[in-house]
Amino acid sequence: MIFARVLFFALSLLSTAVFASAANEAALAEDPVAEKRLQALSKELRCLVCQNETIADSNAELAVDLRREIRGMIRDGRSDADILDFMVTRYGDFVLYRPPVKAITLLLWGGPLMLLLVGIIAMRSYLKRRGIQVAANDKPLSAEEAQRAQSLLKEVDQK
Amino acid sequence: MNRYYWILGAFAALVILLAVGLNLNPREVPSPLVGKPAPAFKLAVLGKEGQTMSPEDMKGKVWLLNVWASWCVSCRQEHPVLVDFSRRGSGTPIVGLNYKELRGDGSIDMRRIAPDQEVPLALQRANGWLSEHGDPYQLTVMDIDGRVGIDYGVYGVPETYVIDKAGIIRMKHTGPISPQILSDKILPLVAELNK
Repeated sequence: MIFARVLFFALSLLSTAVFASAANEAALAEDPVAEKRLQALSKELRCLVCQNETIADSNAELAVDLRREIRGMIRDGRSDADILDFMVTRYGDFVLYRPPVKAITLLLWGGPLMLLLVGIIAMRSYLKRRGIQVAANDKPLSAEEAQRAQSLLKEVDQK
Repeated sequence: MNRYYWILGAFAALVILLAVGLNLNPREVPSPLVGKPAPAFKLAVLGKEGQTMSPEDMKGKVWLLNVWASWCVSCRQEHPVLVDFSRRGSGTPIVGLNYKELRGDGSIDMRRIAPDQEVPLALQRANGWLSEHGDPYQLTVMDIDGRVGIDYGVYGVPETYVIDKAGIIRMKHTGPISPQILSDKILPLVAELNK
């Protein structure tokens, strides 16, 4: 079952990759500047049908429509911010691969930093405690221990 | 010993967070259109040649906008629920938005269809489907190229919008309507909006 799923996933990945490049090549005609903007914009936008693909990569019907829509807006001279806004008013922040910093996305943006800070603090306190422990156990060898160490080292040297 | 409990606690919290996260339905994307006016359109009405309809016409009524297509498999699943709903005569009109009747059908090669043939063929297919499965709609409008669908943020047919008397979208449901969703979510909302 799991194998079948993995196989299916791999095949679907492969097929979308093949189709997507074909679709993009076909579109890369006429105006290279506009196409570059289209490419850049569609990489920022999530395809809502496949969810884990950008509109640039996806060959889903909706992605094709949205690329057409973006192309139209570029032709009309609308700005990038305008075009992204067009998408957000229809599909919500979810279409953006880089969600805006807002109250509800604070944990999303700040979370990794918070984890890093917690990690640093935990590591520092651990190192400090360990340092104290090591210092406490760190006393010079007694005469007897020193002699034993010497003889062991000699043994090693002779081998 | 105490600090191991602390680590265990943190791990358990992480497991709970992930378990909740994995059980959310990623298909349920909250629509930014809820609370906003239903986007305007003016589309041809199925079966009434020359007639168009726009959301303005429904002002003063609480109504449902149901996005469907004959190629949409899940629509077949929800359709009996809608037919039953309209038969019970609740007085709540359902407007059908036929979404990309031909262009959305993966089995159709649009290059083989002459541009002037597209609309008649779409109308014929939509009509055929409604006469086969029943017509719960007050009327159906044809969104041939899917532009209106984009304005409504449609990304997975079927989708249903509840629109109030002032023309504000009050709810969006993505996916087929089950009898339970109808009775638990849609009907109470419609009743409240009709007050």
